[in-house]
Amino acid sequence: MPEIHISQPQLEQKSAIHGGHPPAGPDASEISAVRKFLLSRGNSAVVDRGFYWLMVLCALSIFGIVALIAWRLVVSSELAWSKFGLSFFYRAFTDPDTHQFIFWDPVNGHFSAIPFVFGTLLSSFLALLMAVPLAVGLAIFLTEMCPRALRGPLAFLTELLAAIPSVIFGLWAVFVLVPLMRGHVNPLLIKVLGWTGLFSDDNPTGLGFLTAGVILAIMILPIISSLTREVMTAVPQSQREAVLALGATRWEMIRMGVLRNARIGIVGGIMLGLGRALGETMAVTMVIGNTPEIHRSLLSNGSSMAAVIANEFTEAVDDVHVSALIEIALALFVVTIIVNALARLLVWAVTRGAPSQAR
Amino acid sequence: MKLETYKFRSRMRALTDGAVTAMAILATVLVVAPLVAIFGYLVFKGASSLNLAFFTHVPKPPGETGGGMANAILGSGILLAVASSIGVPIGIGGGIYLAEFGRGTKLANAVRFTADVLNGVPSIVMGLAIYSLVVVPQKHFSAFSGGVALGIMMIPTVCRTTEEMLLMVPHAVREAALGLGVPNWRSVLSITVKTASPGIITGCMLAFARVAGETAPLIFTALGNQYWSSSLNQPIAALPLQIYVYAISPYDDWHRLAWAGALVLIVLIVLAVSLVRYVTSRGVLKGAS
Amino acid sequence: MGVGIEVINLNAWYGTNHTLQDINLHIPANHATALIGPSGCGKSTFVRCLNRMHETNPIAKVTGTVRIGDLDIYNDAKPVEIRRRVGMVFQRPNPFPTMSIYDNVASGLKLNGYTNRRVLDEIVERSLINSALWDEVKDDLKKKSGASLSGGQQQRLCIARALAVDPEVLLMDEPASALDPISTAKIEDLIFQLKSQYTIVIVTHNMQQAARVAEKTGFFLNGRMVEFDSTHKIFTNPSDKRTEDYITGRFG
Repeated sequence: MPEIHISQPQLEQKSAIHGGHPPAGPDASEISAVRKFLLSRGNSAVVDRGFYWLMVLCALSIFGIVALIAWRLVVSSELAWSKFGLSFFYRAFTDPDTHQFIFWDPVNGHFSAIPFVFGTLLSSFLALLMAVPLAVGLAIFLTEMCPRALRGPLAFLTELLAAIPSVIFGLWAVFVLVPLMRGHVNPLLIKVLGWTGLFSDDNPTGLGFLTAGVILAIMILPIISSLTREVMTAVPQSQREAVLALGATRWEMIRMGVLRNARIGIVGGIMLGLGRALGETMAVTMVIGNTPEIHRSLLSNGSSMAAVIANEFTEAVDDVHVSALIEIALALFVVTIIVNALARLLVWAVTRGAPSQAR
Repeated sequence: MKLETYKFRSRMRALTDGAVTAMAILATVLVVAPLVAIFGYLVFKGASSLNLAFFTHVPKPPGETGGGMANAILGSGILLAVASSIGVPIGIGGGIYLAEFGRGTKLANAVRFTADVLNGVPSIVMGLAIYSLVVVPQKHFSAFSGGVALGIMMIPTVCRTTEEMLLMVPHAVREAALGLGVPNWRSVLSITVKTASPGIITGCMLAFARVAGETAPLIFTALGNQYWSSSLNQPIAALPLQIYVYAISPYDDWHRLAWAGALVLIVLIVLAVSLVRYVTSRGVLKGAS
Repeated sequence: MGVGIEVINLNAWYGTNHTLQDINLHIPANHATALIGPSGCGKSTFVRCLNRMHETNPIAKVTGTVRIGDLDIYNDAKPVEIRRRVGMVFQRPNPFPTMSIYDNVASGLKLNGYTNRRVLDEIVERSLINSALWDEVKDDLKKKSGASLSGGQQQRLCIARALAVDPEVLLMDEPASALDPISTAKIEDLIFQLKSQYTIVIVTHNMQQAARVAEKTGFFLNGRMVEFDSTHKIFTNPSDKRTEDYITGRFG
């Protein structure tokens, strides 16, 4: 048998701690007071159930909200749906006199969503074209190259960029970006790239698809870059070291060790940015020109799905007009839901459901 | 491999590396430039246009100079109060469900996913839905409907940050409360939520800052108002709405007011975001191990 | 005062894992009873069944009868009622981080709705004296947070918190395993003093600790209770071969 002594040497220490008195025992009357009180408290099973269901209700309300939005949009656009059906999204009218296309002329009862779908897709595409390389470049700089001291302030700055309301982007665009495009950027593009036909000089306002694309690019940049940064930091350090140990340069390390591992997440971030660009309203409305037309030139005025709703809804008196606008909103709702759902699935697949900070 | 080829290749690799580094730095500069431009303009234009009248006067009729946005500031305050009283409790409740009751269940995953997707629904669509849900039955635009629209937009952000913050509370703290025979609701509210409260407040502030600048959902709900109004049943002015109307107007004096309004709005938002950053960098859970 | 515990045919599961099998024992009132055994043997699960903490895990399941005093805890009462009568001290000190020392000790009563300040003051003082922490913290009871104390002090704070609700039984799940030797000695000393007023069940992986503080000792192995007897008998003359192997360090 091992030497385990069943002695209690601590007995002596007791007096040292308590100054020689045995610990004060609870006196009889107070035992009953506390005990009686606790025994009288019941088991609060009813309150606990109630609390649980209240929290479930709060959680379920999120489904409720989505369902409610969908239901209201479907019901309110019924008139347009019954009148035009799916053709709302592809039909066009011809002007009997000039033989030109007319898509949207509420006064004469012409309704077609083509120019808005076109404008939304074109401006979002231009925005992605400009924002993605910049956002990925920024993310690479911040995660792989940036001196530690700069990282915090730069991340904070991009976070601020994400917090600026879209109406302020619009205000800035109207007074700074539009004159800049009108005075310098557009003439240059016409001179250099005019031969492509994508940049024609028939719009002297400085508004148009390209301007909308630029402002959208600035707005979605922080979303894409913060998500890219997140998935890039999620790539384990060992992956980087493994590639570096093979004698790779820093760029090769980033390309093979980081970007390859993070690409699905980066695509998710890009889709999240796309979702934001598709639905962005105020800034686009203020710079896109708001004419329901389709042009080949990126410098011409146009409109987008969100912009036409913002512009015409309060002034629409005709029921069909109102209903047609709501149908555009419904289409926007469905598309953004799908894009966002795909984006979330991609991001989750990479970060394994780790909570994301992107908004 | 010949030595020359090898040398050439390695020089190319070094060159590519340098080029990429330069491009990354260029990208960063290109991102920072508009930000600086926007803030510079805001401060420059806004500060020169800001005066006491901005905070104390209501707008003048078109074409007249002077006036301010006092009614819009009040209006934004009222709208945000209505929005917070809807968005904060429901969002926190949903977050509590996700973190405390639904962990790992299918329902919780579905709720979490839907909240993230709802976050991406364009605000103008949200505005139209509330128009059809509240304004049409009421037969008039109102501050109430605007508040509801903003409140609903707060829910997903509040819900998800609450969940994240609650998940940071150590499990041992929950066990301690349960072990004392504290009823579950009490333990969740007084222990878990209280421990995570700095983070939860942060999440609410983020949501608040986000909807404070929202314009699109207010166009068909709160509508805007040139006069004083504090009634929930009447159209009401809001700062972002006023900025929009003034920005696209043809009057220089209104442009001036729009810049001033934008500066006030952005200062509020930057304050909120900085506060949030300060709180989170200090550790979300004060004292928790 | 403490009450005895009667355990009859207790079985417990985690998912499909049968962690406790047919446990039967009688834990005497106002004594310290130690439970020893290699890690994963079910001793922690066992104490968590005594205040129905085991079932807070959604995949956990329990069958059998546990009687604390006259109360059949699985049939006659709800978990919150049991846990108010059975205090628990956990392996890692877990004071409430946002609460002051005072509020930590008073939490069991306050969170159950008790409001009488004068009585609360008395109870907090008495509980801290009983847990040998009073002299170290009496000057900043309401100023310092519970999390600002050292590990050993935090654990004594948790003991004070458990004592404040005046429990009949005190369960301790390896209360000293995360502490340094000096703090451990203080906790053991405390157990020694408290066992005259409370029925104490202490889980430990430290055999010397069991020998020092407990009158009775149970040996757990692979979800079964191999032997339960007076501590002296277990450590000097165990009747089961497996107990002897464990005590003498041949495995575990």
